Amino acid sequence: MSLALIIIFAVILISSLVGVYAGRNVEMNLENWTVGGRRFGIIIIWLLMAGEIYTTFTFLGASGWAYSKGAPAFYILIYGALAYTLSFFILPLIWKLGKRFNLHTQPDFFIQIYNSRSLGVLVAVIGVLSIIPYLQLQLTGLGFIVKVASNGAISSQAAILMSFVLTCAFVYTSGLKGAAWVAVIKDVLMLAAVFIVGIGVPLIYFGSFGKMFSVLIDKMPEHLIFPGATANMDVLWVMSTVLLTAMGFYMWPHVFGSAFSAKSDKIIKRNAIIMPFYQIPIVLIFFVGFTALLVIPGLENGDLSFLALVNQTYPAWFMGFVGAAGAVTAMVPAAILVLFAATLVAKNIYKTGFKPEAGEESVMRLSRFMVLVMMALGLVFAIFFPNELVNLLILGYDGVCQFFPGVILGLFWKKASRNGVFWGIISGVGIVALLILSGNDPFLGINAGFVGLVVNAAVAVIISSLTGSKIIGEKKNA
Amino acid sequence: MKKGTKYALILGAIPFVTLVFALPLVNRIHPVVLGLPFLLFWILTWVILTPFILFLAYVLEKKFNPPDKGEDN
Repeated sequence: MSLALIIIFAVILISSLVGVYAGRNVEMNLENWTVGGRRFGIIIIWLLMAGEIYTTFTFLGASGWAYSKGAPAFYILIYGALAYTLSFFILPLIWKLGKRFNLHTQPDFFIQIYNSRSLGVLVAVIGVLSIIPYLQLQLTGLGFIVKVASNGAISSQAAILMSFVLTCAFVYTSGLKGAAWVAVIKDVLMLAAVFIVGIGVPLIYFGSFGKMFSVLIDKMPEHLIFPGATANMDVLWVMSTVLLTAMGFYMWPHVFGSAFSAKSDKIIKRNAIIMPFYQIPIVLIFFVGFTALLVIPGLENGDLSFLALVNQTYPAWFMGFVGAAGAVTAMVPAAILVLFAATLVAKNIYKTGFKPEAGEESVMRLSRFMVLVMMALGLVFAIFFPNELVNLLILGYDGVCQFFPGVILGLFWKKASRNGVFWGIISGVGIVALLILSGNDPFLGINAGFVGLVVNAAVAVIISSLTGSKIIGEKKNA
Repeated sequence: MKKGTKYALILGAIPFVTLVFALPLVNRIHPVVLGLPFLLFWILTWVILTPFILFLAYVLEKKFNPPDKGEDN
């Protein structure tokens, strides 16, 4: 067994054990499982949210986009900073409502604010449907990284299967706390890999960042401004996309839900301040993509550029290290995604939709069982349809973005009504699906999700104005 | 609106102005600053400045808004 393999196995196994260990002596009720008992301080919240944000898509996608698309990749750097700025103002308010009404999930929030179970079920269904391709992407990415890093010794399927079992184990036993603990390991490894490679490769091949860029400016200047190497990702696309993704970012059910796990609203606010620092290393990932473009041009799949360049530049054991970091980087978001998808199904589809009288214990039991079901779904998709869900992920992102008007109107506008928000979401999602599936994304140069969002907000406002006021539900457990 | 909240909102608008609405004006390679093409330099600068802007907003909110008396629901 090679050193690279030993490193990959050891890291994956140790991380999972840490995740399982995190849940010892914690009685697993819904509160502890989904929101960590609302006890997380600033450091663990930071690591957890960073754990959700830095996924395999960041790892492979940011370098891949820089490699094959050029400047449009910069949107990845921008939207985070905007999302954290929004969260500074909005998330503390959401946290307060969560604390006051004992909310665990995003649909809980909608049910509480609009006093409408059907709205809760709708939000839960769209949330779960959006999460599945995201989960699948993590598993596919993991299989891909481990396969390349182990030089083919471990097949994608074997890697996915192994991580499936281990991730299920620590989500099942420790819930969100398990994911948070593993996130610590993941962040350290991931950042180390990004810093070493991101600073390393431009220096090794060109002597400095500046020299790398001056060669790139000489050879292909258009690559470094919008629309880069693409035909339809010009400035307007970037502007609409960063606005959309910034608004959608905290609308992912798992990111939204993580906000409830903080100890106080102050923690949330301070977290928003320090989050943008986490965004900066992304620029190093771009450097890797750009260096790869000059050193190993012509790769068919740009997403390979990071790994291909590491493979060519560093010793084999380091490739094992990158593979291990990449694997854990997929496992943490996968764990959080599966946890929230499972809770949505159990609490907000099963209980809210069909069996309001279900007790907490049975919801908890079903949540745990749904972890296995959701993970299995992701696994099936990842193994049998590895390439076909990337478009669904875009649809998923555009889908969760449609929650934004409902959240904002609910927080700040007394007249927002359940009917307005319900039909707003339906029309927003409908428009997005129509535009994407008919090949009209971008639509007139604007991101299709953004078009949906505008229609959604307009419908919500108009119907709300006509149908009167919302009632803030005072029921303790809606 | 409380004075601190107003200041915070004005500060919070800065990243949106610089990182979204100013993009058509900065979509250029030259001048190259610190070795970076201008577009990337501009974006990176404002991403790095965002936490400091938010910190200032936090401080101003604290200074001008009366402190919460326990739970302020």
